[in-house]
Amino acid sequence: MVMGDLVDEVEVAVLGGGPGGYSAAFRCAELGLETVVIDAAQRLGGACLFEGCIPSKALLHVAAVLSEAERAKEFGVDFGEPRISLDPLRKWKQERVVGKLARGLAAVAKAKGVEVIGGRGVFEDSSTLRIEAGETLRKVRFKHAIVATGSRPSGLPGLTIESDRIMDSTAALELADIPERLLVIGGGYIGLELGTVYAVLGSRVTVVEMTDGLLPGVDRDLVQSLQRRVTQLFAAIHLETRVAALREAGAEIEADLEGRGTERFDRVLVAVGRRAQSDNLGLEATRVRLTERGRFVQVDERCRTEDPRIYAVGDVTGEPMLAHRAMRQGKVAAEVLAGRPAAFDNVAIPAVVFTDPEIAWCGLSEAQAKAQGLTVKVSKFQWAASGRAATLGRSDGLTKLVTDGASGRILGVGIVGPGAGELIAEATLAVETAALAEDVAATIHAHPTLSEGLMEAAEHLLGA
Amino acid sequence: MPRTFSLPDLGEGLTEAEIVAVLVREGDVIREDAPLLEVETDKAQVEIPSPIGGRVEKIHVEPGQTVKVGAPLVTFSDGAAEPASAPPPSRSAAGARTTKAPAAAPPAASASPVSSTAGAGPVAATPATRRLARELGVDVKAVRGTGPGGRVLDDDVRAAAAAPPGSTAPAPPPAKAAAPAGPAKPLASVGLEAPALPRFEQWGPVERAPLSHLRRTIAERMTLSATLIPHVTHFDRADITDLDAIITRNLEAARAKGVTLTLTAFLLKAAALALTRHPTFNASLDPAAGELVLKRYYHLGVAVATERGLIVPVLRDIDRKPVLEIGRELGALAQRVRDGKAALDDLRGGTFTITNIGALGGTAAIPIINYPEVAILGVARARQEAVVRQGQIVPRLMLPLTLTFDHRVADGADGARFATEIVQLLEAPERLLWEW
Repeated sequence: MVMGDLVDEVEVAVLGGGPGGYSAAFRCAELGLETVVIDAAQRLGGACLFEGCIPSKALLHVAAVLSEAERAKEFGVDFGEPRISLDPLRKWKQERVVGKLARGLAAVAKAKGVEVIGGRGVFEDSSTLRIEAGETLRKVRFKHAIVATGSRPSGLPGLTIESDRIMDSTAALELADIPERLLVIGGGYIGLELGTVYAVLGSRVTVVEMTDGLLPGVDRDLVQSLQRRVTQLFAAIHLETRVAALREAGAEIEADLEGRGTERFDRVLVAVGRRAQSDNLGLEATRVRLTERGRFVQVDERCRTEDPRIYAVGDVTGEPMLAHRAMRQGKVAAEVLAGRPAAFDNVAIPAVVFTDPEIAWCGLSEAQAKAQGLTVKVSKFQWAASGRAATLGRSDGLTKLVTDGASGRILGVGIVGPGAGELIAEATLAVETAALAEDVAATIHAHPTLSEGLMEAAEHLLGA
Repeated sequence: MPRTFSLPDLGEGLTEAEIVAVLVREGDVIREDAPLLEVETDKAQVEIPSPIGGRVEKIHVEPGQTVKVGAPLVTFSDGAAEPASAPPPSRSAAGARTTKAPAAAPPAASASPVSSTAGAGPVAATPATRRLARELGVDVKAVRGTGPGGRVLDDDVRAAAAAPPGSTAPAPPPAKAAAPAGPAKPLASVGLEAPALPRFEQWGPVERAPLSHLRRTIAERMTLSATLIPHVTHFDRADITDLDAIITRNLEAARAKGVTLTLTAFLLKAAALALTRHPTFNASLDPAAGELVLKRYYHLGVAVATERGLIVPVLRDIDRKPVLEIGRELGALAQRVRDGKAALDDLRGGTFTITNIGALGGTAAIPIINYPEVAILGVARARQEAVVRQGQIVPRLMLPLTLTFDHRVADGADGARFATEIVQLLEAPERLLWEW
């Protein structure tokens, strides 16, 4: 630049304003470190707030209200046919939910003195970030950097065609319209959550999954109950099926489903996973190393990369790609670089699928525990025996407890049923603090609540 | 129940200490943390505070005696306060360990680390306990849990911290043949036996003077380092005319803040910054594991000449501190060392050493690496020299530097690059100001 570069010096530069990035930045600021966040959109919240967790949960809430209203007919309450107006719905999601939370984060950043710089950050070396924002170029020299650039939806290799009708999860959350026929490629949590939203809003949803079951990798005991429900909700679920080709044909998309012939859809949602955003960051100018598989930034337990000045947190560091993992890592990275003895050594990272019913789990599954050579005792509590579940008309839930056979320590918990995402919190605390089944059994749980399920499962184990 | 306080593990592979003074008398009633003894170790003279409050029943040692780790020092009688709850972990490791020792039994007999009952599976400790373990440097996975279901409790972690470090000790000088008492002892062997000395008396009268504790330690460590490490030295000179001007201009301003601004503070900063970019020089070679231990912290030692001999106090986290702060800490630390008041923690944990012989003259010196570090920076006196700049001969203040490093770990080119970075930082001192 003719004028000479504008160079700022900071103690900590956080690259990416998502949950990992802002958690790290806020903690750094609390620890007295001068911190800036560099975010392409110059805002805090990231994919989680603007194109993931939050907007999808807003839409899932709408779907839940519609489903409940429909089910109310069972007990003699008929609201009539719902009329859905997309404009107010989108506006509510965008302004009252996402916008409100975004303003909240901006206010916290201001209060903590964290500057949010707009632009694309690229490492020039191990102590300099170049920030590209349109014509202007700015540089930040840092003592420490935290890479928190997250992930983005994966495409379908070989199947990418240019069409507005083919959406990734970000586009699907925009809710451009309610297509009559929607093809969802991928039976993982993103496909099932968004498939649920569209199905309840009126789309005929077909889900195609490559493996032999929905939610690959999740305990089959938990998936069963969900599978029953979505089989009724969706027009079709094709397991062990690949999409061989997608073609735009007028206002439709033709999809060749291997072994099932060609079907026509109005829109397609590609939800085959997410990949790390570790490219185009200039990391090759630093000593940061990426993994062979997945191109994740390699970090140790303290979120340190191979470059002593650079830390990394969140999706860009690997699975599970969950906002709450990123947030915890962000705080750990901040404390480690401030010289505190923190480590990301968490035993339990809860995972929640916000379908209806919800599925949530934490710690070790029965299969994982056995694979580790542990002798386990498993206890399952069917919600058919739960008073609260009966009053909700939802007896299709299950609470599953996996414990160490010798010590009785709770190793993992899986829950399927309404509210599983909230119920898993107690289980996560139990696993993280190495609680015993006896501890949970002897703790009073409010009656009648769904939380009694965990206590019941623990009691059952002790009685056995 | 009487409680006996034994010489705690002093860390750094130190196995014994010399009692310099006993600060209490039998029958005294003292409070927790009151000064109990002064001991001199290979590293420093330190004061050991009382781990508990109570009446001193018996003192087992006397000044001049050398005692081994685990040997009883003082017995407290009953009727006094139990040891207060755990000390805040922010206290120095020496203090914290000291406080652990009243477990009466010699450390060797106390809780030996055993793998937890579950064997596999996640670690059975709460997040708070795991944090405590990290603070105390304990591998929580190796601690036997005494809580329900084998859960590792805070007390289990503290007990493990008080136990002897075992294999974790960083290659101590082999403590062979330590005579039970009396100051004169043979040097520890590093594998080579020195041939017997001739009888000097045949050529004239001689006098024999026992080595002091510190002298013996220096001798052992230098032998160890010089024998074990293939030393290479790289020579360079830095033009510190500008840096010197900055120091001179700011002397008064710094003094107003209570800091004597010295070249050493800038040298520390420059070395630490260069180390962050050349991590192999901030490391230790682990020959047994075949690994290089790269340290992610930058604690720099400064060789200080004292009346008793050479001492290397350590300043922590130099990379993160502004020069003024380094200057302030350096001044305070040097004063503590000269007063013999340095704590054990002031003298250990270093990752790199600087020795400044400038004040005493000379044109260059090749120091011995402070084992088990990888490199040492030697600095001689800066002199005005005639230097050619842009075809003109100009007077510039030139500082001779030597970088001596372990050739097992780095090669000449690496050393040259590292030394060049230090020189460049000293020649562009503004970088030292804004890079912390």
